[in-house]
Amino acid sequence: MALKIVKGSIDRMFDKNLQDLVRGIRNHKEDEAKYISTCIDEIKQELKQDNIAVKSNAVCKLTYLQMLGYDVSWAAFNIVEVMSSSKFTYKRIGYLAASQCFHESTDVIMLTTNQIRKDLSSPNQYDTGVALTGLSCFVTPDLARDLANDIMTLMSHTKPYIRKKAVLIMYKVFLKYPESLRPAFPRMKEKLEDPDPGVQSAAVNVICELARRNPKNYLSLAPLFFKLMTSSTNNWVLIKIIKLFGALTPLEPRLGKKLIEPLTNLIHSTSAMSLLYECVNTVIAVLISLSSGMPNHSASIQLCVQKLRILIEDSDQNLKYLGLLAMSKILKTHPKSVQSHKDLILQCLDDKDESIRLRALDLLYGMVSKKNLMEIVKKLMLHVDKAEGTTYRDELLTKIIDICSQSNYQYITNFEWYISILVELTRLEGTRHGHLIASQMLDVAIRVKAIRAFAVAQMATLLDNAHLLTGNTQHSGICEVLYAAAWICGEFSEHLEDPMATLEAMLRPKVATLPGHIQAVYVQNAAKLFSTVLCGQEGAPADSKVAQETSQLLIDRLPVFVQSDNLEVQERASCILQLVKYIQKLQQKDVEVAEEVTALFAGELNPVAPKAQKKVPVPEGLDLDAWINEPPSGSESEDEGRKTKGKAVFAREESRHTKPRYTEVDEKELAKRREVRKAEQANNPFYIKASPSSQKVYQEAVGVEHIPVVQIDLSVPLKVPGMPMSDQYVKLEEERRQKNKADRKKDKKKRREKGRQRRGDSGPESEEDITPAHMVDIVTEEMPENALPSDDDDKDPNDPHKALNIDLDKPLADSEKKLPVRTHRPDEVLKSPIEDAEGLEVTSEPKKKSGKEKKDKERKKGKEKKKKKKHKQEEGEDLMEAGSEEPVQSKVTNDVAAQPPASTPEEAAAVTDAPPASTPDAASGVAAVVPDSETKSSKHKKKQKKEKDKKKKHHHHHHSDGAREESVQNGTVEDEEPLPPMSNYALLAENSYIKMVCDIQGNLHDGSQVVVSVIFENKCDSFIKSMEFNVMDSLNSKLQRPEGAGPHDSLTVPFHLPPGISSEARFIFSVQSIVMPQKLKGTLTFIVKTEDSSTHEKLDFKLHFTCTSYLITTPCYSDAYAKLLESGDLKGSSLKLEGINQPFHHLLARICFHHHFSVVERIDSCASMYSRSIQGHHVCLLVKTADQTVSIDAKCDEPGLLRNVLDEIKLTFSQC
Amino acid sequence: MSVEKGHLDSFKHKCCEDLYQKLYILVFPCTLTVFVIYVPQNEDTEQQIIRETFHLVSKRDENVCNFLEGGMLIGGSENRLIYRHYATLYFVFCVDSSESELGILDLIQVFVETLDKCFENVCELDLIFHVDKVHNILAEMVMGGMVLETNMNEIIIQVDAQNKMEKSEAGIAGAPARAVSAVKNMNLPEMPRNINIGDISIKVPNLPSFK
Repeated sequence: MALKIVKGSIDRMFDKNLQDLVRGIRNHKEDEAKYISTCIDEIKQELKQDNIAVKSNAVCKLTYLQMLGYDVSWAAFNIVEVMSSSKFTYKRIGYLAASQCFHESTDVIMLTTNQIRKDLSSPNQYDTGVALTGLSCFVTPDLARDLANDIMTLMSHTKPYIRKKAVLIMYKVFLKYPESLRPAFPRMKEKLEDPDPGVQSAAVNVICELARRNPKNYLSLAPLFFKLMTSSTNNWVLIKIIKLFGALTPLEPRLGKKLIEPLTNLIHSTSAMSLLYECVNTVIAVLISLSSGMPNHSASIQLCVQKLRILIEDSDQNLKYLGLLAMSKILKTHPKSVQSHKDLILQCLDDKDESIRLRALDLLYGMVSKKNLMEIVKKLMLHVDKAEGTTYRDELLTKIIDICSQSNYQYITNFEWYISILVELTRLEGTRHGHLIASQMLDVAIRVKAIRAFAVAQMATLLDNAHLLTGNTQHSGICEVLYAAAWICGEFSEHLEDPMATLEAMLRPKVATLPGHIQAVYVQNAAKLFSTVLCGQEGAPADSKVAQETSQLLIDRLPVFVQSDNLEVQERASCILQLVKYIQKLQQKDVEVAEEVTALFAGELNPVAPKAQKKVPVPEGLDLDAWINEPPSGSESEDEGRKTKGKAVFAREESRHTKPRYTEVDEKELAKRREVRKAEQANNPFYIKASPSSQKVYQEAVGVEHIPVVQIDLSVPLKVPGMPMSDQYVKLEEERRQKNKADRKKDKKKRREKGRQRRGDSGPESEEDITPAHMVDIVTEEMPENALPSDDDDKDPNDPHKALNIDLDKPLADSEKKLPVRTHRPDEVLKSPIEDAEGLEVTSEPKKKSGKEKKDKERKKGKEKKKKKKHKQEEGEDLMEAGSEEPVQSKVTNDVAAQPPASTPEEAAAVTDAPPASTPDAASGVAAVVPDSETKSSKHKKKQKKEKDKKKKHHHHHHSDGAREESVQNGTVEDEEPLPPMSNYALLAENSYIKMVCDIQGNLHDGSQVVVSVIFENKCDSFIKSMEFNVMDSLNSKLQRPEGAGPHDSLTVPFHLPPGISSEARFIFSVQSIVMPQKLKGTLTFIVKTEDSSTHEKLDFKLHFTCTSYLITTPCYSDAYAKLLESGDLKGSSLKLEGINQPFHHLLARICFHHHFSVVERIDSCASMYSRSIQGHHVCLLVKTADQTVSIDAKCDEPGLLRNVLDEIKLTFSQC
Repeated sequence: MSVEKGHLDSFKHKCCEDLYQKLYILVFPCTLTVFVIYVPQNEDTEQQIIRETFHLVSKRDENVCNFLEGGMLIGGSENRLIYRHYATLYFVFCVDSSESELGILDLIQVFVETLDKCFENVCELDLIFHVDKVHNILAEMVMGGMVLETNMNEIIIQVDAQNKMEKSEAGIAGAPARAVSAVKNMNLPEMPRNINIGDISIKVPNLPSFK
């Protein structure tokens, strides 16, 4: 035997191991891909071998290849094989591979549940540890649900190493299975005071992570954390707790007040920078939360800012960065205290480190004032010129725009300057933010009426120089600006100096190379311009010829656009072309058309608030979901397609800046509406109001001084030729301010200044004194009447933490003390024969039952049993079960859906043996008892298990209640009932020593092989060894034996079974014909070894190869499926099942699970399914259900196979 | 720090955490060596993250701060890259706002010191050829993207205990394999391209475990 192992290992030691693979890859740098593909071939060979060491070596190499970016999902099954090895070495390799390669859609994950459960309860702590580590990476909702109880038990493990890991992984379980949070929370809370610092830190970690997302549910833990904070010396824990307090304080100001003192102490005392920094951060959070209620914390603010200044001035760039980061938090509430450090921040803007510059930029946002805006932006523009990377340059660009446009352009005093800045920014090559600049241009031009003339002039120049922007077509981001330019020129064409020239510029042939949506705007606005031009020209009657020439220009140029491949451009162009042609006809008859043409584009445009569209209330009596016309009865999918198409079109429309035109509404009505709206807006905190401060300034100016605010400042050029230079404005602005100052000096006697002049001749000018150069009439954005603003628009509906928003302070209801387990695959491996029988009975009951009577009976039965038990059992034993063993619970969960939620209090009390009122105690009782159960011998456990099973019915009532209540509470009732538990493992044979269950699957890679997985479970108290597995081959099916073995030799099962342990072995059979099901007789011989003797035993079994086991779940696309059906190669057959009263999706799931089908398409109560045999036969099913009758129409290219498969499906459903 | 003594090509460790789940990634460029990602992504995304991160980190100067905003690729503005640079080695972690930046820097230090202890003066080649071991060490520090243990002694105790177990399991069967790999590793840095297996197999029977 030993010799055999050594021989095997000599064979395999020349397989490449991981080091060889790495070395090989390093040596084949030139043809790496080729080398790796040969390696993968080798690995595939190795995976086919039975030797687990070879397999695990292969899996280890695959893990490395996965890291390099190669897809290794094909080996998922082999990974599971290695994971289930009994040796820690291989197990670890398997779990590592799984944690790297598995993700939620890996289908073999569902095969691992039992294996993981076994590992979790392994006596070896490192087996458990490795399983927990692996699980933390690939836990799925199913795994979380199935294993939650096992992990919860581990939280009270005797070894801190396991406790620590179990506590930490609970976070992942909560995320995947939110229902487990409430039941598990009391124990989690206990772990905060665990004697082991590692466990404590893990618990703090988990709770902080939970609390960060839903802080209000964890407020009640504050005193506990406060205690920890003052007692703990572990900086990691302290940091976590302090961070947590930062999240909690906004919800509870009293907490903040209490915190200030200990935090300040920590700030003064600690030497750890990390802790100091987090303290400062939390103090800031506290101050922010207090800023409304409590003043007089200026000392704390000063302390913070002081410490931060030290950080920023530090030579360590990390501290500098963090200092700036924290500073930006203070900025939001206490801008004044930050502004005094402006020098420092501006200095950071020149830092060579990009991260620091970015942080400083953030701070700048709050540093600007009317006075220094121009100066700061000028500095930023310099940086823009110098910046190398586009990312940083783009960041600068957005920051410039953010800074300027903040609070409704509050700090902009000169919009001409701003427009020129925007125009200057258009010269940035390769920026992604063309659309941002464009929307700013549009926004300013629309909302600041006074600037329109200037903006239009600038835009006309831009249009004229469009070639500069589009010269390099690859950098098309910036040409978005032309969109804005064209629109502004068209819409406000009355301000154009030379509309004819602009019209000409807009119709240049080169325009046709622009993106479609920009062309569309060009075409439309050319029409607007045309109407303006006509107006101007018809004023002078002599010029009718000129007018006709204009029309001719359009008629000549538009056809290019009519041929555009963009639908929008084409449509608009052909429309306008026809219109112009008609106009030209009229012009030739000397008809005055200008007025009528202008009427086409009449009407004022108002900006609309971004969310306005969403806020339009649905009028009473309008049902948006109702059909306007009944849909045609044709296929539904087609309809769907049309619908989505329609949506897409609208969505695109929205994303452009098309401002809806208002249809003419009665003036009075309008005025009335506006009144109502204004009143509403005034009370609406979410409404973007016209900046009150700036407005006030103007009003005052107008009212008090009686001097027109707008003075044409002659020093500002009316038109800056070519590309404008914003710098000029900075100089001009300075001059302007200087001049005003000087003016003021001349007029010293007058206390009040006129116009835009400033007061205060010495010292810095105060904010309010800087009056804008232009009358800024910022038009407010329109909102629909009755619009209900809400702030929940921006929340991410996909955030999994939403589901964890669960009230944890409410005492646990009795039904919640245990984890609700909704569905489960029964753990058959652990079942004893009695259990099995009972389990079957239980699962089948609810389906047969129709009346309430039976349920009641059952409940009574359970109670009686319970009472009997109570005499025998000690108190608290029930509790122990409740907390420790899941399989029992899971077995009965099938009933969950069927059971009524009502549960009498006495019943509940009986189950838990705890008074319902003192629930927290009861919960802790669970935890307290459990550790004992861990230490008890497995023998003892088994005994308990049997007893438990007798009480099973009881538990399941209890359970159903739990699941029900839980789901309602959380608002997460599932649309469809959860699936009943399913397993493909069928009992093969058993006697008093051993039990065998098996599952038969086709081999994906070999068309003539099936794999039989047999789980052997040792049921006796003795050691079972030397198991030999043998099957009488038939003509059709043969057990694959190793080379050199005779046709009747038996195979050695590669493991021994200690008492109570089960393990799985795989046997490969070669099959010739798969058309018929067949049975093979076999025997298992083994030696039972007790302390003093050993006996030879044998067990006969019959292996049943169903036709189903030759099918392999294969996904199929609906179009391929349709083609297959059309091909006519398939022969049909059908089946009717009566009296099926399970939900359709259960039915489908059963067919999928038990018969290896996949659903191709499901429409209401009709579904098409597909599967493929190992020899490539296609099997198609069409399943329909109506009134408890299920009809299955099936097609297959092998009628015999099909008949048998259908018979098997029928059998499956007759059993349930 | 003895890490610097090693002949180090380049190596980086990065650890990421997206908006909802935490993710840490380990990356070593060139011959990419260790890489852990705690939120499963498809291979392409993972590779893109690695490339981008390496690009971001490797072009940074000395004496700049060790934090980087990674942008959308690593899950939005809430997340940042935190890295440390040892000689030519980069250890990069990506974390969300719930982690303390300076704390993570300490954690990287602990990780490197642990590697150093476990490999007895770690050098880059150790990390390159023993990815699995690095993974196992990291698994004792970070689990599913959450920090598990920060105490170096505790980590080393657990890692050693597991290695001991592995050795005892290998027993007699493992000896020849170990011997072969010892022979193979004798001239580790640059092995000839064609390893002549025939030669090595002659040496094997002489090993003590084959008495």
